[in-house]
Amino acid sequence: MKVLLGLGGRADGFDALEATLTRCHEAGDDLTVAVLDTASDEDPDSVAGTVRERVAESGVDADVRTLSGHPGSVLTELAEEEGFDRIVLGGGERTPLGKITLGEVAEFVLLNADVSVTLVR
Amino acid sequence: MTRNYPDEPAGEFETPPTTFTDAEGRDVTVRAADADDVAALVEMYEAFDPADRAQGIPPVGTEAISEWLDGLIGHGSVDVVAEHDGSVVGHATLVPDHDDGYELAIFVLADYQGAGIGTRLLECLLGHGRERGVEKVWLTVERWNRAAVSLYRSLGFETTGAESFELEMALRLGDAPDGAD
Repeated sequence: MKVLLGLGGRADGFDALEATLTRCHEAGDDLTVAVLDTASDEDPDSVAGTVRERVAESGVDADVRTLSGHPGSVLTELAEEEGFDRIVLGGGERTPLGKITLGEVAEFVLLNADVSVTLVR
Repeated sequence: MTRNYPDEPAGEFETPPTTFTDAEGRDVTVRAADADDVAALVEMYEAFDPADRAQGIPPVGTEAISEWLDGLIGHGSVDVVAEHDGSVVGHATLVPDHDDGYELAIFVLADYQGAGIGTRLLECLLGHGRERGVEKVWLTVERWNRAAVSLYRSLGFETTGAESFELEMALRLGDAPDGAD
């Protein structure tokens, strides 16, 4: 399966990266990781550096790219143009009380993508 | 994340304990709760209708419920419970965030909803919170939950964030800040 993981530097995105790398090992997915320019404080280039390190350590052969522009729409566009089977995203963060809150990217992608979307919890 | 709060503090709220007769004629007591009440709260949440869950809470299953409550109660939270016939039928809580604010949530068992218990629980929670020095309160609510949104509004909550699936609302309990905040 051709999988596109999008993340912007938040903790739930890195959790999704770990889960996706594990699955790639088991299922032999063809993985692309897209680092998005989100509103988080993290600089996309430094996030991409961290992602490349984790990918290398895991032994999975994945393509890591940095995408600029509106994060939800550039991710969805890439998935459709290059024929990905699935978009994977972080499953949202938790409030102090434990409520799940979805990020802006997840909301946009869920409502706009033509391909299946997995939120990693 | 910086949250916005109304400039003006909300009005007076009653403080626990209080006993009243609900709209179904049941005698209900609202009182402050602490870590000693966790066992009774676990029992209440085990009976909670999954259709009334909000954004993943309460969790499902005794173990997950206990773990969730143990992480909140006794760690700076402010809690009130509603009791009827010796059982806890409702719970409202203020949980500290990392920014001097408190996140609010309320849960009432299905058989006890629509009888005015939620309103009294919230009043007592906010009154008790003010006694304990809580100054700023926020919450998220699913936007289709119109009954909850109008209840929060009637207590003085204002909508502070409307750009995501959930609506964010906030209320000030402490004195108005000097100048703009």
